[in-house]
Amino acid sequence: MTVLPKPTSASLPATPHGILERVHDWVTTCDHKKLGLLYIFSGLFFFLIGGIEAGIMRWQLAQPANDVVGPVTFNQMFTMHGTTMVFLVGMPVLLGFGNYLIPLMIGTRDMAFPRLNAWGFWMFLFGGLLLYFSFIGSSGLFGTQGAPDVGWFAYAPLTSRTFNRGNNVDYWILGILVSGFGSMATGINLVVTILCLRCKGMTLMRMPIMVWSMLVTGFLVMIALPVLTAAQVMLLFDRFLGSHFFNPQLDGSALLWQHLFWFFGHPEVYILIIPAFGFISEIVPVFSRKVIFGYTMMVIALVWIAFQSMSVWAHHMFAVGLDPSLNAFFAASTFLIAIPTGIKVFNWLGTIWGGRLSFHTPMLYALGFIGMFVIGGLTGIMLATVPFDWDVSDSYFVVGHFHYVLFGGTIFAIFGAVFYWFPKMTGRMLSETLGKWQFWILLIGMNLTFGPMHISGILGMPRRIYTYAPDRGLDIWNLLSSVGYLVQFIAILIFGWNVIHSLLKGRKAGPDPWDAWTLEWATTSPPSDWNFNPLPSVKSRRPLWDAKHPEDPDYEYE
Amino acid sequence: MTDRGSTSDKVITRAWWILIITTIVVGVLGLFLMYVLTGQIEAEDPIVERFTPTDVFVQPDAEWNTSILEPRSPESREIRKLSWLVFAIAVGIFVVVEGLLVYAIIRYRRRKGDPEDTREPVQLYGSNPVEIAWTVIPIIIVLVLCLATIRTIQTVQPTKGERPENALTVEVIGHRWWWEFRYPELNVVTANELFIPVERPIWLEITSADVIHSFWVPELQGKMDAIPAHTNYWKMTAEEEGTYLGQCAEYCGNQHANMLIRVEVLDADGFGAWAQQQALPAVVVDTEEVNLGREVFMKYACQNCHAIAGLCDGTYAPDLTHLMSRVTFAGGMIPNTEANLKAWIDDPQQIKPGCDMPALKLSTKEIEQVVAYLVTLK
Repeated sequence: MTVLPKPTSASLPATPHGILERVHDWVTTCDHKKLGLLYIFSGLFFFLIGGIEAGIMRWQLAQPANDVVGPVTFNQMFTMHGTTMVFLVGMPVLLGFGNYLIPLMIGTRDMAFPRLNAWGFWMFLFGGLLLYFSFIGSSGLFGTQGAPDVGWFAYAPLTSRTFNRGNNVDYWILGILVSGFGSMATGINLVVTILCLRCKGMTLMRMPIMVWSMLVTGFLVMIALPVLTAAQVMLLFDRFLGSHFFNPQLDGSALLWQHLFWFFGHPEVYILIIPAFGFISEIVPVFSRKVIFGYTMMVIALVWIAFQSMSVWAHHMFAVGLDPSLNAFFAASTFLIAIPTGIKVFNWLGTIWGGRLSFHTPMLYALGFIGMFVIGGLTGIMLATVPFDWDVSDSYFVVGHFHYVLFGGTIFAIFGAVFYWFPKMTGRMLSETLGKWQFWILLIGMNLTFGPMHISGILGMPRRIYTYAPDRGLDIWNLLSSVGYLVQFIAILIFGWNVIHSLLKGRKAGPDPWDAWTLEWATTSPPSDWNFNPLPSVKSRRPLWDAKHPEDPDYEYE
Repeated sequence: MTDRGSTSDKVITRAWWILIITTIVVGVLGLFLMYVLTGQIEAEDPIVERFTPTDVFVQPDAEWNTSILEPRSPESREIRKLSWLVFAIAVGIFVVVEGLLVYAIIRYRRRKGDPEDTREPVQLYGSNPVEIAWTVIPIIIVLVLCLATIRTIQTVQPTKGERPENALTVEVIGHRWWWEFRYPELNVVTANELFIPVERPIWLEITSADVIHSFWVPELQGKMDAIPAHTNYWKMTAEEEGTYLGQCAEYCGNQHANMLIRVEVLDADGFGAWAQQQALPAVVVDTEEVNLGREVFMKYACQNCHAIAGLCDGTYAPDLTHLMSRVTFAGGMIPNTEANLKAWIDDPQQIKPGCDMPALKLSTKEIEQVVAYLVTLK
């Protein structure tokens, strides 16, 4: 009889000792859990940087005709803030949670392609660092101006050699290009893992909604990101090889860039919100003590959103003078996407309805998410109304709108997920008291910051202006936004302290602190190298419910 | 064989130390090098502040009002009607959904000492009638919104062939960072300040000379992008005389914030007189100081970019033929006064950092001469 050796993640000893061995272990790891944590940690690090950039903008705009920073710095700040938050915070943190949780939720040992997974992470990280190197690398040596200052959607022909003689646009292109390859690898990995590695008994319609959302996200990443990559390569050709895809002076088209960018850009928005839908769909049932309401419709809505998200891109372009019939088409298509989104919100309400709610921090964030996301969604419907969009597009109204979606939505969902899965990832609980303080301060702070932006927009303040005249009626709303930023910053400091403190001294969690139902709670916290021994098999969507209520298992009802 | 692990451990440890130390050394050296090089490039003589501008950001004789809620044209009135409808629907949905959320949170919270607490609540998997209802109702709302939107698009957005018979054509050309307005029917060119007659449709042909800009005067019309090598057609009709302010709404680089628009709406007679005066060539004043100033203007680079009808015809920068008929300059950023002109010519980068007009390093005397000339351009 042969005895197989116990598998380990590398050729090194299983438990590395000494600081350098540990570093080596993390750098060379192909373990989906470690990579997931690396993703989340790097994402939160960039979140801090992007947040500081936002702070510099709010400081400058706190007063009219202010001179904290000049136009160049200000323009760099909003470019880097947007680029960072979308590409280096939203995507990696969400994909990081996918990385960590998907193999656990579908009951398998690792992602389908562990080494591709590691490659993807390092591509993302070095892409991000390359982008940030522009702050020092691009300045001075070639007579240019530091970080990119073309806005996160980098409209042509502002990015051409004619108008950007330095090389900071190249940093923008290459940084995002490189990290985009990483995201594509992760997208493919998620799709293959979910389609091929589910444990025995887990049919597609028994997967948790979170797994569905990651499957849909994976597909969207695979479809949307190559379009951006292609556009960026075309832009590189324009800048270095003398092609003129985007050069209107030589019969290129400035609008082509917008079409390509937003054909990526709108699915990208859903790449940033669909995983958040997944988090909320896991957290809400557990803290309501109820099964998710309307599972089938939830899945249909996700897939519907994914398809529809690829036919709405030109609603970012209502003011470029498209043909009226095109404007009408994209308005209708955008209105239509509100329906599956509404279905999701109603289904969460249906899940809460009749439940027994306990308000632990993850649930607070989930409920905050629903409340704030609804506001962002409704202003989104308003913006889809083309003539209203002519009024407020590219104004602070839009800035307020998408921050309700991406901050009140995605970031709240991420905080909810951190509080919910931190015990699983580290074996320790985050402090509930600090978590609740953080939630309420952040909720007040974000409304104080982003609420007044709608009003500044209606009063005619365009986005991306580094200064504005006094006595335009904008002073007070901008000041409120800036004060709100400080309030949010306090919340983030509390969070940082909470994480550090809880990592060292937090209460021990045990395998299943929330009395939850999905497979990740069936293993130890943190899970062992190979997650499950032996691999589980399931008969319903809530395997742990079946285990906890053998007299009343789910599979008799589904 | 047991040795192998520890040997490779040591090799790896050494490799890591070498990597870290090299990174730090190279990084520090690199930063130092860049610091030195950057310092050399940026080392310039400090600019002597000989003239200081006054009243930057002030709009003479006009109140900053750019609210979309106070429309002053039939087009923006149409838009506002639709906006209120959409806003009302959004508020309705907001109240219903957030109300349900708050109600559910209060009603279904876990209470202390609840005898039911040990049991799980009823596990409800879904309900077809309810789910169909909350799919169909939004579909109806969406249909209404769609129809209303399409109707307003049809009313407000013109296509190329829909120019009204009695309209006045204005070519709007976005530049970094100022606006050029051309009246092809009247042979008039001006900058930043758009003069139009009241109650006559204005047919705007919007384009750009460099990057994408967006023409936005909120009280008169929604915004329309100015795109290079592409013309957008837009239409507006001012209902009342007065001054309306606006600004560029598409990020166009460094001084995007200071690319303002001032629309002066005059009665038909007033507009006619204005147009007649603007169509004339530049006034020629023949005094010694003015002649010297004109010489300075022609001797240095000014004439390469600026046009003065009858004298020079640069197209890169604003036409100065009737400079003094405008109340602001520098993209509408500062009041057009003699003091401000001096400060501007002395060093435009102090007032509008990053703009395309260089400081020509004129002497104080030359600046005074050239401004003496410019103020004659009525």
